[in-house]
Amino acid sequence: MTHPAKPAHRLKELTAGARDTLPMIIGASPFGVIYGTLVASGPLHLWHGQLMSLVVFAGSAQFIALGLIAGHASYAVIWATTFVVNVRHVLYSATLAPYVSHLPSRWRWALGGLLTDEVFAVAWAHYRLHPPGSVGPYYFLGSGLSMYLNWQVWTLIGLLFGAAFPGLQSLGLDFAMAATFIAIVVPQLVAVRYLAAAATAGALAFFWQDWPYKLGLLGAVCVGVTVGVLLSLPAFQRTRAAEASR
Amino acid sequence: MNYVLLILGMAVITWLIRAAVFVLGDRIVFPPLVRTALGFVPVTVLTAIIVPMTVSPHGTDAELTWRNPQLVGALAAVAVSALTRRPLLTIAVGLAVFFLWQGVVLK
Repeated sequence: MTHPAKPAHRLKELTAGARDTLPMIIGASPFGVIYGTLVASGPLHLWHGQLMSLVVFAGSAQFIALGLIAGHASYAVIWATTFVVNVRHVLYSATLAPYVSHLPSRWRWALGGLLTDEVFAVAWAHYRLHPPGSVGPYYFLGSGLSMYLNWQVWTLIGLLFGAAFPGLQSLGLDFAMAATFIAIVVPQLVAVRYLAAAATAGALAFFWQDWPYKLGLLGAVCVGVTVGVLLSLPAFQRTRAAEASR
Repeated sequence: MNYVLLILGMAVITWLIRAAVFVLGDRIVFPPLVRTALGFVPVTVLTAIIVPMTVSPHGTDAELTWRNPQLVGALAAVAVSALTRRPLLTIAVGLAVFFLWQGVVLK
């Protein structure tokens, strides 16, 4: 196990993580502005809007909460919705857990707090090339922190000047996120079982996208993963049999 | 309604969901079948985010046409990634095709 002890090395990892997150940062920016604009046009104070970005840091959940607040939903409804919208993150942390399990718990709390869709994609693309435990936490932290700071800045800009940016959504800056995800996914589709799992999840996510609270996404992923597991079973059973006969 | 309390509640829920598995760490041992399943999470999640975003960029109706710059850009990115496996080149070509398509070809 090697841990980069030198501060220079840490800084290099930190900036590498931030650099690889850049397309996501571009993609998330308009949503920060739109979020800020929506807060400014609703019942929340401006500082409430910034507080939500600072402590919740979850775009989809924040947008949905604004809608629910405007519709006078109760605490229980908004908290339950937050849970349902964010529950997909359990899959992310379970996937990345082997790579952070050697860290002190304050690190695990911090990295967990920064784990968005985008940070998961970037961190996983980095970690998967190395055995668990051999990569320090600074790359992950750099990705998460850059995404976090970016979200705060664009929230603030939206809160203060949102009305000055009409038609921001039509620019299509979020395509940067799609392009980055493609760059991460396509090289992984090396076997039929991965291709089948991804195709299933993609098609179902399209057909189920009007389900509320991102449940269509979650359902599509569950079915896609099931397809992948079913196609892995023959190889899986061979491994078990080989282990048993040893 | 106390908005600060509401927001702090959302924050606690979100943080617990994201960090729980990390913090429990070694106390959770995933059986082999679960580990196999987790291996399919990245490709399925990312594909499930990309497809609706590019196939139906303006709502939920499919726009399977060359006049959809998201779709054209995504197909270009898939082609470059499949041929070269180079992430930066994939992102650069995907974005270039997307913005050219949106700003020049469809004007």
